[in-house]
Order: sequence, then structure tokens, then C-alpha cells
Amino acid sequence: MLDQTEGYTTEDGRKIGGVVMEMKNITLRFGGVVAIQDISFDVREGEIRAIIGPNGAGKSSMLNVISGFYNPQEGEVWYKGEKRPQMKPYQVAQQGIARTFQNIALFEGMSVLDNVMTGRIRQMKSGLFSQSFWKGKAEREEVENRAFVERIIDFLEIQHIRKTPVGRLPYGLKKRVELARALAAEPSILLLDEPMAGMNVEEKEDMSRFVLDVNDEFGTTIVLIEHDMGVVMDLSDRVVVMDYGKKIGDGTPDEVRSNQAVIDAYLGVAHD
Amino acid sequence: MPDQLIFGMEVFLNGLMAGVLYALVALGFVLIYKASGIFNYAQGVMALFAALTLVGIMEGQVPFSHLINAIFGTEIHHFGWHVPALAAILLTMVVMVALAWAVNTFIFKHLVNQEPIILFMATIGLAYFLEGFGDMMWGSDIKTMDVGLPQGINEVIDETTAGWFGYGFFIDNLDIVATVIAAALVFTLIVFAQYTKQGRAMRAVADDHQAALSVGISLNFIWVMVWSLAGFVALVAGIMWGTKSGVQFSLSLIALKALPVLMLGGFTSIPGAIVGGLLIGVGEKLFEFAIGAPYLGGATEIWFAYVLALIFLVFRPQGLFGEKIIERV
Repeated sequence: MLDQTEGYTTEDGRKIGGVVMEMKNITLRFGGVVAIQDISFDVREGEIRAIIGPNGAGKSSMLNVISGFYNPQEGEVWYKGEKRPQMKPYQVAQQGIARTFQNIALFEGMSVLDNVMTGRIRQMKSGLFSQSFWKGKAEREEVENRAFVERIIDFLEIQHIRKTPVGRLPYGLKKRVELARALAAEPSILLLDEPMAGMNVEEKEDMSRFVLDVNDEFGTTIVLIEHDMGVVMDLSDRVVVMDYGKKIGDGTPDEVRSNQAVIDAYLGVAHD
Repeated sequence: MPDQLIFGMEVFLNGLMAGVLYALVALGFVLIYKASGIFNYAQGVMALFAALTLVGIMEGQVPFSHLINAIFGTEIHHFGWHVPALAAILLTMVVMVALAWAVNTFIFKHLVNQEPIILFMATIGLAYFLEGFGDMMWGSDIKTMDVGLPQGINEVIDETTAGWFGYGFFIDNLDIVATVIAAALVFTLIVFAQYTKQGRAMRAVADDHQAALSVGISLNFIWVMVWSLAGFVALVAGIMWGTKSGVQFSLSLIALKALPVLMLGGFTSIPGAIVGGLLIGVGEKLFEFAIGAPYLGGATEIWFAYVLALIFLVFRPQGLFGEKIIERV
């Protein structure tokens, strides 16, 4: 059985650590509409955790709860062993939870490099005064941040467009830049909102590879949302399945695949 | 050299100097508009309020003295001390930062995601409130401002040009100082926006709120910062205009002159505000000199800027430097 402190070993031999985030009985309502109903699950260090479900199941709402864009009416979010108070999105980001958006939220007017650099804002400590004189600490900090950002840019293979304004890039590359910006924050949890949405097969394969590589290279814990079952099953270690705001399954891809409720939700049930 | 050309050159230079002041006010507009999408009608009143506060502090005026005297039946007007200019400027800046915080906390924080027209109406309200508040705080009499900036004709330019053309140019020292300060201000702002963490955060917020939040930038912090910067620019503009023509409530009308400047330069471009200001300054002075005064009976300076802005609106609505307006159909 899963334990709070001990992790588990995946099929491909990766060690998964203890619980880093736990959602306890989350309920989220918009007026009379219940978007999420009493859902609990945990996320462990180093794992790729997926939330899947048909359109309108409440997946994005769940991601927005984790990243602080929505505040649930009921339930608790536990992060690194502590109950998280109600927080603004920027505070959540400062705690080390980075995210991407389904519809891409980039700084269109800035270059790729500048966009990725904004991801480092959490790591920039020196005040305005030392920055204005551009000496010592501030300079060293800038150089370090720059080096890290360049590493991410190399890693995601976007060197050739680093000076290009983001507004001019095609969709698939924008998605990759957004991932780079999130990674630049050295997040302890990386939230990906439909990273494959709107991509062709080749782009999807690229993105899957990057997600796996990021997890492998940086040991980043990843929570991702997808409605494309095939992609998710290949990528993730454990899967939460949602339907109509409720959790209908939770477990390894194999367990979920053989879960009758999940099959019904995806394939439909015959009503007689 | 023909006389007309020599006079024209002098008019051109004076136009440039006037343009610098227009550019300063326009700069305040651009800062706030870029970062929050708010067209701040109150920018001119902020310059007035900053100038009033500065003079008040320097002369040791008791704030709200009329109100205090009316309630308590006292007769106090002055503390009886004089604050040196530099200290007074710093204190005024503290007041402007407090104002920025108050404006964000009590007004615009609650209007996030509202229509631009609603934000605009809020700034009109702010403008009238601030005008009344400034009146109540410091009184409505016209005040002279003297922070020690040099004034009067620049002798060097006068003598040099007299040597060259046989006619000495009249260039006010104050205008030269204003130009230098404005140039330094713009340079500092650009360096700040490009190379500091806060500047980068400011550009990020200007570009996309949601993305800015997701990388850990507090929108409220940036908004207070931007309103403070606009307050600082307003203070500089207030000092220049106040020194030139006295601190009076018509000062708030300079905001109207900034409108055509913005239409020329584009609402989102810092260099645009500068170039737009200079173009309007030079344009209206040269037009008056070459066409207005001889053929149209003069006083064209009052409307020239607006007509020029109208022409721009028809042919290039985004201004010289503004972001291109593209709409997908």
C-alpha cells in the first residue's frame, strides 16, 4: 500500500518519493453549478500524475484550484506537509508551483528569451538599489539566472528562436516556450493544462518526449491534464479520472483502463 | 541668411522645448496605460496636486488649514518653517506614492476586468476628487514655485547666435533644464523597464495579466509601482510647469494637450510619447509662425495639435509607434 513517507518504484524503475501535495475533499461551485464535487487525491515527488476525463469533467477547474486561480468552497490543499491557506495565484507561483495554460498565456510582445527569463522572477532576490548599480550580487545573480535559462532553452530545443518575439511563433513552438518558462522557475510541481491540445501527431510525440525528459532530467513532479486517453496512458505513472465533477477512478494506467466506471464514462453506457 | 529662416530656427528650438513638457505629461499617461489599460484622465491633476504639495511643504503651509480653522475656530496657516527644495521634493514623492497606493487600493483593485470606459470614468472621478482635495488641502490661491531652477534668457546662446547671425536667440534656461531632466528621466525609465527585475515584471503585467500571475508577479504591487512612477513623472512635470507659469488650477488642463500627443505617438509607446510631444511642440509653433500669424489671424496654437491628431486618427489610428491594430475576422 502507499505510505505517506515511503514512495514506490515504477515499472520502468524510477523511484517515486513521498507525498508532496494532497487535495482533501475539494468542492468547487460556480453559483449553482458544481464543478468539482468532494475530490481527494495526492501527488508524490517525482511522479507524472495525470487528471483525465471527458470535456467538462472539471479537470481544468481542478488545475486552477491547485494553482490558486480558483478557491474551493470546501476542502483543503496540503502542500509539503502543511495546510495551505487561501492564496493568490502569484503566491502559489512563488511557492514553487508553475503552470502552463490550455490557451497559452505568454508575453506576446517579448522575445522567447525574455519570456523564459520572467520564469526566474522567483529566483531574483536582489533589490532595486543593488540592481541599479549593477554590481556584485545582482550581477552574479543575473549571470546565474541567464545560464539556467539557456540550459532550459537548449534542453527544449528552442535555441534558434530565442530572440524572436513570441507573437510571431507557430502554435506548437509557443506551447514549448510556455513549458520553458514554467521550467525556468525550477518548480517543485509543474502543472500542464492540456499540453497536447490542438497539436498534430508529430508535435504530440515531441511534447510527450519533452514531458518525459523533463521528469527524467530535472526530477520534476508533473501534474497534467489531458482528454486524449492514449497519450496519457503512455506518459503517466498514476491517473485520476474525473467525470461530471466527480472522481470515478484513481490508480495506475492499467488499473484505470480496466475500471468499469471509467470505461462507461468514455464509451458510454447502454440505457435500456 | 534670410531673416525669416533665422526666426524660424528660433521658433523651432522653442517648439522643441515646449514639446518636452507635453512629452512629460504624455509619458505619465503611457506608463499607466501600458501596465493596466487605464487611460488616466487624472494625470494632469496629479501634476497639479504634486506641484501644490511641493509648494505647500516648502513654505511650511499647514495642510487642511481652512478646514481645521473652520472646525476649531483656530487661526493657523503656517508652521513657520521653510523646507529646503530637495527635502520637499522627496517628501512630495512620499505623498505621491501614498496616493498611488490609495488609488489602487480604494478604486482600481475593485475594477479589475471592467470595461475600459468604466475605468476611464473612474479616472475622471479621480481627477475631480483630486482637484477638490488639493484645493481643500493647500488652498486655491495661485502660488509661485521656486525650487532653484535657473530661469531667464540663456546668455551663452544669445551671444553665440548673435555672433553668427547678427540676431540673438531667446532660449529660456528653464526650458534647457527641463529638456535635460526629461531626457534623463526617459533614459532612466527605459533602463529600469529593460534591465531590472521590477521593470521586467512591469512589462510582463503590461503584456498578459494571467501569464504574469502564473510566474509569481503580484499585479497589485506592479500597479502601485506604476502609479507611483506616473506620480513621479507628474511631479517632474508639475515642477516644470509650476516654475514656468505659477502653480494654478489651470495646470490640470495640460492633460488635454497630452491627448493629441498620445494620438500621434501611440498610447503604448514611451519613445512615441517623446517624439509625439516634440512633434506637436515644434509643429504648433512653426505653424503659428509660418501660416497662423501671417494668414489666419493667429492663435492657431490652441487648435493645431487637435487637428493634427484628427488627421492621424484618420490615416494611422495606432499612432506613429503604437502597436498595430489587427483584428481577426
